[in-house]
Amino acid sequence: MADPEEPPVPENEGSLEPPSQDQPDHPSEPGIGHGSEASQPPGQVPLQPQRSAIYQPEQPRLNVYEQQEGRGTQYQPQQARGALFQARGGIPDSRGGVSWQPPQQIGRGNVQQPSTPSGGAPADQGCLPGAESSVHGSAARSSHVLQSESVGHGPYQPHEPGYLSQLGMMSLYEDQIPDPGPRALAIKNAKAYLLKTSVKTGVSLYDHLADMLAKILEERPENPADIIENISKDIKCARFQKKLDTLRDEFEKHPTFEMAEMYKTLFQRGGGDGTDQEPEEELPDTPLPNVMETAYYFEQAGIGLSLEEYYHIFLALKQLVATHPIQTCRFWGKILGIEANYIVAEVDFREGEEEEEAEEEEMLEEGLKEVAEVRDEDEEEDEEKDEPPKPNYKPPPVIPKEDYRTGANKYTYFVCNEPGKPWVKLPHVTPAQIVNARKVKKFFVGKLDANIVSYPPFPGNESNYLRAQIARISAATQVSPLGFYQFGEEEGDEEEEGGGGRDNYEENPDFEPIPVPELLDTFSNWVHHVQNILKQGRCTWVNPYQKSEEEEEEEDEEEKPDEQEELQETGPPLLTPLSEDADIQNIPPWSTEATTHLVPQYALAFLQANLWPGAYSFAIGRRFDNIYIGWGHKYSSDNFNPTLPPPVQSEYVTGPEITEAFDPTVEEELALKAAQEEALEAEEMEEMEEEEDEDEDD
Amino acid sequence: MDAETLPYALDLVAGSGVCLSPEKRAALRNSLLLVRRDYRFEQVRLWGRIQGIRGAYYIAEGLGPDRAGARSRLYSLNGVDWSLLPPPSEEITAVTTGLKGRFQGDPSYEYEPVDKKEEAERPYEEEVGPLIKEEVRLVATIHQIDQEVGIVPRGAYVKSPLGPVHVNRNFEGLSLTEAKKLSSYFHFTEPVKLKNKTLLEKADLDPAIDFLDSLEHDIPK
Repeated sequence: MADPEEPPVPENEGSLEPPSQDQPDHPSEPGIGHGSEASQPPGQVPLQPQRSAIYQPEQPRLNVYEQQEGRGTQYQPQQARGALFQARGGIPDSRGGVSWQPPQQIGRGNVQQPSTPSGGAPADQGCLPGAESSVHGSAARSSHVLQSESVGHGPYQPHEPGYLSQLGMMSLYEDQIPDPGPRALAIKNAKAYLLKTSVKTGVSLYDHLADMLAKILEERPENPADIIENISKDIKCARFQKKLDTLRDEFEKHPTFEMAEMYKTLFQRGGGDGTDQEPEEELPDTPLPNVMETAYYFEQAGIGLSLEEYYHIFLALKQLVATHPIQTCRFWGKILGIEANYIVAEVDFREGEEEEEAEEEEMLEEGLKEVAEVRDEDEEEDEEKDEPPKPNYKPPPVIPKEDYRTGANKYTYFVCNEPGKPWVKLPHVTPAQIVNARKVKKFFVGKLDANIVSYPPFPGNESNYLRAQIARISAATQVSPLGFYQFGEEEGDEEEEGGGGRDNYEENPDFEPIPVPELLDTFSNWVHHVQNILKQGRCTWVNPYQKSEEEEEEEDEEEKPDEQEELQETGPPLLTPLSEDADIQNIPPWSTEATTHLVPQYALAFLQANLWPGAYSFAIGRRFDNIYIGWGHKYSSDNFNPTLPPPVQSEYVTGPEITEAFDPTVEEELALKAAQEEALEAEEMEEMEEEEDEDEDD
Repeated sequence: MDAETLPYALDLVAGSGVCLSPEKRAALRNSLLLVRRDYRFEQVRLWGRIQGIRGAYYIAEGLGPDRAGARSRLYSLNGVDWSLLPPPSEEITAVTTGLKGRFQGDPSYEYEPVDKKEEAERPYEEEVGPLIKEEVRLVATIHQIDQEVGIVPRGAYVKSPLGPVHVNRNFEGLSLTEAKKLSSYFHFTEPVKLKNKTLLEKADLDPAIDFLDSLEHDIPK
């Protein structure tokens, strides 16, 4: 037991002081504190601090012995041990029997900490009390944790607010260790394991234990070992409770505030370079459309959003233009959804800027295809041994996607749910998606990654469906006054080749504005300036059965009758007047109206699409625009009937081959066995006889 | 929406893409006031607009002292001159149920009755049923829309002990949590499901406020 009158005791406290002071005094001490690390045999050095930081089931126990050995020869550990026993036994008498020194040592680590340095070792340090006590704390703690583990006792080290951070400090020491052995690695692994957060709750055992110990030390319950389960449970429960500030009421989180925050970012002037921009004499050209002006025109016709929303969209488009290399930009419209709406921007990237990206995508797709092909080949090789019967069904050929900048993929579309939220680029549309989008009618949810649950199944998620609908709406309702656009000069001859007509146009510099009454009178003064999408799902027709030359040679003789090629589809060429549009069952496809009858001099010509409710156009002078605000549904006079699934295939004709036979009963089996045995015996008999005969013959 | 606060209310619903042109806005504001004076309504509200192919109907409704009681409906093609619509009846609903297609924007446009088309195979029947005017269809459509989707927030109207329903002047809107619940919106029509509720369910209801069907049990979910 500890001897109170031993001289090293007061100095023992000094050993927990910073190392510089400690080392000369007690060169041979096995360290409890960090200060003595340097004096230890090299093998033990790395273990001390880590052990205290992490609970290691086996290694500390080894160390207990090491320490106990040390204790036999040296005073200091005994001191600590004495303290341990007292605390564990809970007998104050023994402590009383000894002098005040050991309790003081306990106390040093405890609440009395600040007073101790002044009382116990008043003269031996010149450092600040605060810094000193922190060193104390860490050192004392490491020793206590260590010992508590070694004896298997509950924790009784001092509780301090900086507990966890000092554990972090320990790891600093870890870093300083020159040669972390395999043990250290194991310790690290164990720590990493403890720090792993649970998938369900996101809490790691390490944090949980730390919380538990902190709580125990704060509350100091009577028998912590007995109620540790409850403490654990309490802490887990407390994680679900809101931490309420007793002084201030928590402010209600209202979504409108978040919206306001989001809109506020729109009003910031563009980034760092914008702030010190000097007012230039000539503002650079911007692809940004004058949304507010078109908003004004549409408002005259009674169409549009509130001006505030328009302005937010305007600013959001400005952001889009600032962050992307955009040649032209247009506010395409707004598609309403069940949970959120989409604001759609139609953009054209500057030449070459975005093609790389598109090419990359294609490369990826091709790579995937190649991988798939390779896999197919592999499978074929494997399956040569035992091939299942192959169906003679051949899937129809996949119609290739239209290249970027042509047909339905002429423009790129960006969408966002609210102005201020990030713009998302929609993927390019494939013919299959357009064809399938024509067969289904779905409300938009407002999430781009939502599934489209439909029959026939739609290839892709809501972003693809949205893109397909945008392509369909654009093709049907994007109109301009006759003569505003004209075909480019250089590609005059291509018309006959392509069959689908020329697909490029340019602005006509000599466009003579059509007076409004004429625009209102006949639809032939309006033309479509977006290509019609064929039934195939493309704007220009391709022959899906066209094969590469090798294939043609191979299959030349085999499948001639199958190659009844589809008739080439042709649609109305670009810039076809609206008067050519087909009626929708006695309903004209378009309605025109002047915005005002009171002042006809200033009226706008206003066009309303009856096929796509929500699509509108206006024109006055050289100005015109199209907008779509609606649900993305095509009008049909009858109720929508989804295509029915194909009839159930007929069952295989039942016959003797596939009818199931009854299992034989035991008697039948026995009878069969008996019969077989008899037959065998008879054979044997015969053989015997034959042999005998043969023998006889011999 | 109330004719007097029309300009403010219009901005709140503009997100759906429908707004009124400044001309119509100005015209409606004046003409609805005159309607209120001429027909002696206590309140006149703009019901909405039904877009036809050749024109749009602007619909207004005039209310008496009982806000949930019978109301008169008027329509206008230009936003200035108003005409009274006949009150909806079961007969009108029955006649117009099968009609399909867009409104024409012409109240005198005549639809062929649906039954007649089915009987058209019989050549001897020369009697042609009365054609249905678009005005009648308009009445039926408005009535149907009101029945099915005419909703008010809970607490916006109070029922007085004597029977008539008044606007609740203490109503300040729903809180965020309340506004997210379907149960805090009511069909502003004669309650149907309310009578079928059990006593236990009725115990929590406030007879002054909960005198209408709530939306929470509507089909489909």
